[in-house]
Amino acid sequence: MIGLILSPTGFILVIATFAMGALGALLLGKYDRPANLWGNLFAVAGSVLGIIFSGAVLITGTIPAFDIPTSFPLLPLAFRIDYLSAFFLLLISLIALFCSIYAIGYVDHFYRKYPLGALGFFYNTFIAGMILVVTAYHALTFFFVWEIMSLTSYFLVIYERREAENIKAGSLYFIMTHIGTAFIIFAFLLLYGATGSFDFGTIGKGIAAAPLSLRNAVFVCAFIGFGAKAGIIPFHIWLPGAHPAAPSHVSALMSGVMIKTGIYMLARICWDILPGPPPLWWGMLFLISGSISSLLGVLYALSEHDLKKLLAYHSIENIGIILLGLGSSLVFLSAGFKTFALLGLIAALYHTLNHATFKALLFLGAGAVIAQTHTRNIEEYGGLIRVMPQTAFFFLAGSLAISALPPFNGFFSEWMTFQSLFAGISTFSLATKMIFLFSIGALAFTGGLAAACFVKAFGATFLARPRSEKVSHAKEAPLPLRIAMAVLALSTLILGLISGGVSRGFAAIAGSLSAFQQVDALPASSYDLMTVNTGFASVSAPALFAGLVVITAAITLAFHILARKRLITIGSTWDCGAELSPRMEITATGFSRSIITVFRGVLKPTGQTEIEYHDARLRYFPKSGVVTMEFQDVYATFFYKPLQKLTVGIAEQIKKIQVGNINVYIGYILVTLIGLLILLAV
Amino acid sequence: MSTIPLWLIQLILIPALSPLFIGVTRKMKAGLQNRRGASPFQPYKDLAKLFRKDEIISRDASWVFRFTPYAVYAVTVLVGASVPLVSTAVANGFTGDFLVVIYLLALGTFLLALAGIDTGGAFGGFGSSREMMVAALTEGGLIVSLLTLALVSHTTNLFAVAKAVASLSFYDLPPVILAFIGFFIALLAETGRYPFDNPATHLELTMIHEAMILEYSGKRLAMIEWAAANRYLIFIALGANLFFPWGLADSLTAGEIAGSLALFIGKGLLFCAAIALIESTIAKFRIFRLPDLLFTSFIISIIAIGLIG
Repeated sequence: MIGLILSPTGFILVIATFAMGALGALLLGKYDRPANLWGNLFAVAGSVLGIIFSGAVLITGTIPAFDIPTSFPLLPLAFRIDYLSAFFLLLISLIALFCSIYAIGYVDHFYRKYPLGALGFFYNTFIAGMILVVTAYHALTFFFVWEIMSLTSYFLVIYERREAENIKAGSLYFIMTHIGTAFIIFAFLLLYGATGSFDFGTIGKGIAAAPLSLRNAVFVCAFIGFGAKAGIIPFHIWLPGAHPAAPSHVSALMSGVMIKTGIYMLARICWDILPGPPPLWWGMLFLISGSISSLLGVLYALSEHDLKKLLAYHSIENIGIILLGLGSSLVFLSAGFKTFALLGLIAALYHTLNHATFKALLFLGAGAVIAQTHTRNIEEYGGLIRVMPQTAFFFLAGSLAISALPPFNGFFSEWMTFQSLFAGISTFSLATKMIFLFSIGALAFTGGLAAACFVKAFGATFLARPRSEKVSHAKEAPLPLRIAMAVLALSTLILGLISGGVSRGFAAIAGSLSAFQQVDALPASSYDLMTVNTGFASVSAPALFAGLVVITAAITLAFHILARKRLITIGSTWDCGAELSPRMEITATGFSRSIITVFRGVLKPTGQTEIEYHDARLRYFPKSGVVTMEFQDVYATFFYKPLQKLTVGIAEQIKKIQVGNINVYIGYILVTLIGLLILLAV
Repeated sequence: MSTIPLWLIQLILIPALSPLFIGVTRKMKAGLQNRRGASPFQPYKDLAKLFRKDEIISRDASWVFRFTPYAVYAVTVLVGASVPLVSTAVANGFTGDFLVVIYLLALGTFLLALAGIDTGGAFGGFGSSREMMVAALTEGGLIVSLLTLALVSHTTNLFAVAKAVASLSFYDLPPVILAFIGFFIALLAETGRYPFDNPATHLELTMIHEAMILEYSGKRLAMIEWAAANRYLIFIALGANLFFPWGLADSLTAGEIAGSLALFIGKGLLFCAAIALIESTIAKFRIFRLPDLLFTSFIISIIAIGLIG
């Protein structure tokens, strides 16, 4: 049985299930409901098969590797599923499973508006594409499936094509992802030039002889290329537009999983393919860009009141946190501290898993809210906890997890990331130490600001009184949506509870990479106690959880008995004698304004007040007032605008040689010909 | 088995003594301001009074509002068991990590801020907004100042830290002293004292914590007030036992623990005196001056780490 699962047939079966789902949905295109069921049920089946397959790899420890013969000589299909691939395959399948269950109930509202067949087709192909990306073991195979993933996700972003904003977001995504791809192709061409092979294994063996400058060039290209996919600042500009534009279950997949394929390939290249200790600055670059991404990501999230955009900015923040783990690992690797390096990588992988679960949960929750209220503007929500109590509960679990509050999973991976950074401070001196300290500061402030942001997001959405008509029609989300959210909410808790065991699992996954060939001491965590750096720090998730539950229960009981005879009257909120209207509640904008004012140097908020008076000379009695609050886009102004100006400027200069006179063009040909002849003669 | 009494002390000491420390601080403040002031035991009487009162809950409030006081109180009890109080003989390796303590307290702040928004009043929302701003900016200084101690003592477990700092030589102390300055600023911010917040105010322009809990009454208000007192004592315990751990018992003998307890109360009273002095001599800062102070706390702690040889 295990043999069959792990054979190429098993793997092809996973892909074939998604292919069936894709093609079937396309054929059923005209019939909304059958297309929905066909597409999503096959996606569910494919995800379950993917979980079984990757689980079998992780449990048995056998590593399937196979080539699928094709009739195109330039397109070999080579796959290898080692521990790292299996982990990402598991991650994709797991999140895809919940998103697909959710989709069955969620895509209802597209009926008769948008083609369900196309959605099913692109959705299934997208998942299959991601699975193939993390299993490809040959650069040409990889490009092929990478494009499948990028293109299908593009079509999913512009799925609701009648909204101009979505098309714009899609175009930006399309351009940015292909700029990234160009850099990736360049990286692999460099590797091919040095080793004469596109096969990852052969590259890994051959590259050792290559000079350091070549490895540096490969690293920079890979960092830009995969960084653009992962959403590292400043290559992130597509992300806050594209993720919210897609249907919510696709947003969950894109934010939770797709951007992690960038992390996967960075890990694959830096820890597996490029052998030997990396130069110190690689890790430093990771740490600095991770700090900046996490801090700015959360600050931009605070200033956002489109619920899905807010979540998208938090993806940038969490990618930053993952980069901090990866960066500390690379720095330790270059200094030869392999045990510490392993810890950093474990923290990064653990946070990858955790972020996937809580971000998927939050996007699904946001989708449920948006489906009911038909708006993404946080300011128009309010009081949804009364009409959508279960959705609110699950969203709260996700909010606690993403704010790194114990006992949820986000806390434990951030704790490990902190510990790996602490190890950096006690190991290195001077400049390196300061970079680690800077990263710790960034991570600390990020945690606090993320909590503030989710008080805002949850409070403005679910608490207090409704702030617009749209809320009054809302009902609790349909059952499939609630099932998906419930399981994800439960897993944010469970992944925290078993943090000790999970970290052991990640130690095995990370330890199998070629960078960790000769590591003797793995972190000695047990299921009930997570320990790092030989007792430097320890935390027990079960004790923490049990402590909280038992003490809360005991206190609730004790105080209830103590005050059992006291009455509870239901009254209205203190209104200072005025009629309390929803306009008096705090809004999301008002909530975050104080923090934005503190960080005005970075966020560059602009405020403009226009007041019209009854009497222009007296200026006592305003007739109407308008306050416009905006943010200056720092990247657009300081990075992309100058870049665009430069490109256009160069183009303008080059244009000068195009004079439009045919004689001149013939002259160019002559000059080129003579030049080439001279070149050949020499 | 013999560790059970110590665990009980860890669990009960903070809630039992915290109202007293609030009362003592108020009494000292009154003395400095030429008032007679209420007895130091007045907070106990206030709590007892509140527990005997009926409650009124806003009809806009959801279960978040109703549940928060219990959770916030439970968090302070759990944190009380995770910081060294009278003895380092039993090192709580399960929840005694300093990041666990900081993030557990953050959990309480998070829920309290949600409860502030929940009733839909203008006060609660703005209280929450201000509280989260201060909390978010305090975290950096707090983490880095405690990290300084963790680095000099090669562990992040607070009990082990207290033990290690006690045996430091004189020449190793400068980073500890600097870190203490950073920590003390964070303490004032986290416990809502001057110059960050005025614990005695009910003026809408100046409230932070009080605005957030304005809608609470009866037993829930009692629990919130008590939890705030617990938080105050926890931070005093952190300051007294981590930065000045001399005299902290390292065994389980009753005599040593009693001595250590007396010393702990003595050190705690010194902290109260310092805070009362600050509150009587300086004015509350304008809210957008607070970040400057909090970033100062962060930078001082960074310098402290730089000083570690």
